[in-house]
Amino acid sequence: MSAVVENHNHHDDHHHGPKKGIMRWLTTTNHKDIGTLYLWFSFAAFLLGGAFAMGIRAELFEPGLQLMDPIRYNQLVTMHGLIMIFGGVMPAFVGLANWLIPLQIGAPDMAMPRMNNLSFWLLPTAFAILLSTAFMEGGMPGFGWTFYAPLSTNYPNVAYFVFAIHIMGASSIMGSINVIVTIMNMRAPGMTLMKMPLFVWSWLITAYLLIAVMPVLAGAVTMLLMDAYFGTSFFDAAGGGDPVLFQHVFWFFGHPEVYIMILPAFGITSHIISTFSRKPLFGHSSMVYAMVSIAVLSFVVWAHHMFTVGMPLVAELFFMWATMLIAIPTGVKVFNWCATIFKGSITYETPMLFSIAFVVLFTIGGFSGLMLAITPADFQYHDTYFVVAHFHYVLVPGAVFSIMAAVYYWLPKWTGNMYDEKMGRLHFWLSFAGVNITFFPQHFVGLAGMPRRYADYALQFAEWNAVSSVGAFLFGLSQLLFLYIVVKTVFAGKKATPQVWDGADGLEWTVDSPAPYHTFDVPPKVK
Amino acid sequence: MAYMKNKLWALILYPISLFMSADWLDVNMPVGVTDISKEVFGLHMAIFFVVVAIGVIVFGVLFWSMWKYRRSNNKKPATFTENHTVEILWTIIPTLILIAMAVPASITLKKIYDHEAEEGGIDIQVVGWQWKWQYKYLDEQVGNKPLSFFSNLTTPPDQYEFNRVEKTENYLLEVDEPVVIPVDTPVRFLITSNDVIHSWYMSDFAVKQDAIPGFINVAKTKVNVPGIYRGNCTELCGERHAYMPIVVKAVTQEEYQEWLQQKRDLAEQIAYLTEKEWTSEELLATGEEIYETRCAACHQTNGAGIAGFYPALAGSDVVMNDKAKQIEILMEGIRGSQMQSFAEQLNEVEMASVITFTRLAWGNERSGDGEIVIPKDIVEYKETNL
Ligand code: HEC
Ligand code: HEM
Ligand SMILES: [Cu+2]
Ligand SMILES: [Cu+2]
Repeated sequence: MSAVVENHNHHDDHHHGPKKGIMRWLTTTNHKDIGTLYLWFSFAAFLLGGAFAMGIRAELFEPGLQLMDPIRYNQLVTMHGLIMIFGGVMPAFVGLANWLIPLQIGAPDMAMPRMNNLSFWLLPTAFAILLSTAFMEGGMPGFGWTFYAPLSTNYPNVAYFVFAIHIMGASSIMGSINVIVTIMNMRAPGMTLMKMPLFVWSWLITAYLLIAVMPVLAGAVTMLLMDAYFGTSFFDAAGGGDPVLFQHVFWFFGHPEVYIMILPAFGITSHIISTFSRKPLFGHSSMVYAMVSIAVLSFVVWAHHMFTVGMPLVAELFFMWATMLIAIPTGVKVFNWCATIFKGSITYETPMLFSIAFVVLFTIGGFSGLMLAITPADFQYHDTYFVVAHFHYVLVPGAVFSIMAAVYYWLPKWTGNMYDEKMGRLHFWLSFAGVNITFFPQHFVGLAGMPRRYADYALQFAEWNAVSSVGAFLFGLSQLLFLYIVVKTVFAGKKATPQVWDGADGLEWTVDSPAPYHTFDVPPKVK
Repeated sequence: MAYMKNKLWALILYPISLFMSADWLDVNMPVGVTDISKEVFGLHMAIFFVVVAIGVIVFGVLFWSMWKYRRSNNKKPATFTENHTVEILWTIIPTLILIAMAVPASITLKKIYDHEAEEGGIDIQVVGWQWKWQYKYLDEQVGNKPLSFFSNLTTPPDQYEFNRVEKTENYLLEVDEPVVIPVDTPVRFLITSNDVIHSWYMSDFAVKQDAIPGFINVAKTKVNVPGIYRGNCTELCGERHAYMPIVVKAVTQEEYQEWLQQKRDLAEQIAYLTEKEWTSEELLATGEEIYETRCAACHQTNGAGIAGFYPALAGSDVVMNDKAKQIEILMEGIRGSQMQSFAEQLNEVEMASVITFTRLAWGNERSGDGEIVIPKDIVEYKETNL
């Protein structure tokens, strides 16, 4: 897409700049500031959730209980999952949305800047509530991030968990409304929907998914709260309730949720692969249709997480077929990325390395997903480490690699400085090795029958668990390098040009680097 | 220096020794010992080879293009953005592959879902408890009740807590009483739960069914090979989720009948034991053992409980001063809490012993009334509360 832009470079700002000190961050309504807040919040969550993962892997390094009792272990697993999903991946994508959507559609800011501030500040509030349980008698939640009733209904401090989830949900819903209103109303003249950059498209779809399913999650936690404290029996069989109902409600939220965590990654990957192949994306509109079909299908596959709860045969068959269907649009996306690379003129800077690793390793996670869809085989795979391997392949070298790729790709635009390319590549190769050493062996122990959420395990799983733990420590440590690279780039580095990457295309590359505090006060025209 | 070198060698040799050790081949799903498990294994390998083939082709093309079209080799990128032929092909071909996979999977699934009782088959009810399995043989009467027993982990805490002693071969996969089934006989497991959700997973039979309170899920199996098979609980059910293994012993019909007879004889002996006069020393000795295996997981060996989860029994008013109340708690459980009913788990002697033990241990004897509970008390409770 090419754009005609009125000259904004060096325009003398008639707005006042940012406030000074802490008040700038507390009261800001600027999409770039809020994006930055989200991104740093998510980085902190990754480090905390990662520290929990290190604790888990240290305990699993050998059979037996060495470092903690199983209550603590369950708490670490649960909090690791919750922090990574609700504190790490989702806020990272919201941060990217805040920074990039206005820049990519030529809008001066998000449509509702004050609500934007509120949606961010709700997040630390929610996590403070959730983490405060660590200091209470009974401690943190230990029922898994899926909080299946009736285990969760009798758990200490569950009210704090419920309240935290409600606040996170409110934050997500507000963020989504903001994204949708911005995209629908504030595109630069001439930017029709089909001309919209794919990251914006991916977020438009994600935002609709969020608005559809966050209230369902809120319903689930509310019923849980009622059961725990107000004497209802939604999920209590002895009172006439139905524990399986909980799982239906949870996964009706939960499956779309996993696409919420991957669609923006699809958008990011499309931009980066096209930039470094110096070639327009193959099949722009088929990418859009593929994302829309994935989003629609994601509402009719939830019970593939419940193949073993004893559903009737027709339901099992329906959910197996529906799940297999998702492989088709997903395949189309992977083929499109490959076709974009084909006959390109390719260089391998850090964002490109992460994006290609994304394509390959996400696809491996997709392969194991296809295997999990085969219901009779899922009776063997379900709730074993095979599943842990599967979802980490789609989440870590999937969602998380795409976030890292995005950070390297847009960091020069945000800070005005180039990151250190050598260090970036080192970070990539360490992460790449770490991820595979950690998670590939988990396929093996899973197939051999090691159940997930186990603080301790039988002796035949010992070797591969040791390997997996070593990989995890490598991966964990490498992320400190990432922190170092980012911080260093914020303060110093080779100055970036507005274009930054010679193959980059899109409105964000037409403004200065770093992007001025206010951009596109006058909308650009898109041909 | 030499020392450093040794360390370096150890670092290199360690991974190698891992690969050479006998277990590393343990990387795939077991074929199992039932017709269904073999079919499931077949499906697993089929879908595995399909995805490997797709992977080889797609990644092959990808890596080749990455190499061929690197900038130093190709200065001028192409500009095409569509090609309808390939796009149609890469939609249709995967669809056909998926159909080819879905058909056999659906056929196997239909077989697994044949839950009908069969002539000569047996029904075993499986009940998940925090953190043990109960097995009830619905067709076998012992006295006036179906044959029933609990299957508890026998790996001693010394093996898993801080690895105080060497772990033995079946670490965490051994129980006091395995569930015994005859080979070549259709067995229906009717799976449910007494508290939270558990899941009964026996990889060698390709069976995994959730044990859900208020529901009965059916898993039918027919084992072809006698042997001892080990499995696990696969639904997070609280802290000792990893400590409630499943052991199935598949035996010949004759051995199965013999085992049933033994079970009936045992029941008679216990009826006799309740009549006997018991001293507090005898009760204490049995009681301590029962406490360690059945109660210590929650109330802890020292009786102090875990704050926020499990109340202390040491110094508890009920335990020290209210005999009747304590019997009731043990027999009925406390509704809506993790304190379960032990009425079916312990016989009269065991029940009286463990209550006596809690009333005398940890200084409770001195601070409380110090009275003991004898098996007859339990028999009486059962008679009046029936
Ligand atoms: C699964 C964990 C668990 C196991 C195993 C368990 N208990 Fe409990 N027990 C509890 C909980 C939880 C409570 C508190 C219930 C409540 O009041 O809500 C409790 C309460 C009690 C009480 C009442 C204490 C008081 O002060 O009110 C007694 C007595 C007791 N248990 C004895 C036993 C004995 C004896 C055993 C072994 C045969 C045992 N428990 C096994 C969890 C357990
Ligand atoms: C080095 C990085 C990581 C390591 C070593 C790691 C390790 C683990 C381990 C050992 C478990 C427990 C599995 C079990 O016992 O069932 C787990 C669970 C989980 N992880 Fe990670 N993880 C990492 C990164 C991530 C990331 C980035 C995400 C999400 C974006 C994530 C999401 C989850 C989820 C959702 C669970 C399930 C929690 C539950 O069972 O309730 N992990 N992880
Ligand atoms: Cu799903
Ligand atoms: Cu369990």
